[in-house]
Amino acid sequence: MSMTVLLLTMAACGLVTFLIRLSFIAFGRYLPDDPRVEALLRYVPPAILGALIGPEIFMLGGNLNATPDNPRLWAALVALLVARLTRSVLATIAAGMGALWAIQLWFG
Amino acid sequence: MFDDSPRAEFLGGVRAELPLLLGVVPFGLIFGVLGLAAGLPGWAVVLSSSLIFAGSSQVVFAQLWSGATPPPVMAATVGVVNLRHLLYSAAVADYLRDLPWRWKLLLAYLLTDEAFAAAIGRLRDGPPTAHRHWFLCGTGFTLWAGWQLSTLVGVLLGAAIPENWSLDFSIALTFIALLVLSVHKRSDAWAAIAAAAAVLPALALPHKSGLLVAAGVGIAVGLFMRRFDGKTP
Repeated sequence: MSMTVLLLTMAACGLVTFLIRLSFIAFGRYLPDDPRVEALLRYVPPAILGALIGPEIFMLGGNLNATPDNPRLWAALVALLVARLTRSVLATIAAGMGALWAIQLWFG
Repeated sequence: MFDDSPRAEFLGGVRAELPLLLGVVPFGLIFGVLGLAAGLPGWAVVLSSSLIFAGSSQVVFAQLWSGATPPPVMAATVGVVNLRHLLYSAAVADYLRDLPWRWKLLLAYLLTDEAFAAAIGRLRDGPPTAHRHWFLCGTGFTLWAGWQLSTLVGVLLGAAIPENWSLDFSIALTFIALLVLSVHKRSDAWAAIAAAAAVLPALALPHKSGLLVAAGVGIAVGLFMRRFDGKTP
């Protein structure tokens, strides 16, 4: 049952993604060509990513932990710094995981 | 003399895409590993790379699935994450206007961030020959093959990694890296900060809709802060 739901949900997500990519290619002449739409789309990636990061850092096992003794907060700050300096996904993940493991070893 | 045979255009696309795989293959490996860490079965992680075929939204998919999110909310959230592809679709539409439907469907499926980035220069500035869509096919196919293979290897590696390594944290780290790459102006950063601040209280909203509401708050704040960006990009 659960596997069927997983498969169908994944197929739905794939269909939504495909239709977004197909939109102008297939129906270009029927879609609005508006600079305000472009301005709005610009803020979608940073906004959705900001919303995704919050719970990943501050919610551990369903509990809110927004205090300085949350190791993920400090590791995330290290990762943010490395991301700004290197602009590399790989370096950001390496630095963030390294920082988390170091903090957990030190205080764990 | 410019060689505009389908074969030459396709290979040109492959060559243009190969350097981008340097960034994509590690991301595919990581996605394979973290998909398992989020609790997805291995076959689902691999299958999502061909069914959804959009890196960051696949990470979001794995994360939402592990949080027991209702399927309609998952589809809506994945859609919002991939909304930027509207811009790519609009940018290539003119060059593909006269192609038959089977080509439009295939190239729409292959239209990812990296395939678009590597092909748009050829489409926009290169000679307007009859087979130029083969170039986009070349970048798209190369990225597709690299993404499928790296996800598969990531799943095989991930199965061997113990759980107490906190590898699920790599999801947050992936988002942080992608966020920094998507911030070009001050208002972009304000959109991210506002969404991150709004999401914790918004998590109390029903049906896991807090994510979409917080993203909406971030977009509104970004649009408002736009007037303070100044003229230079």
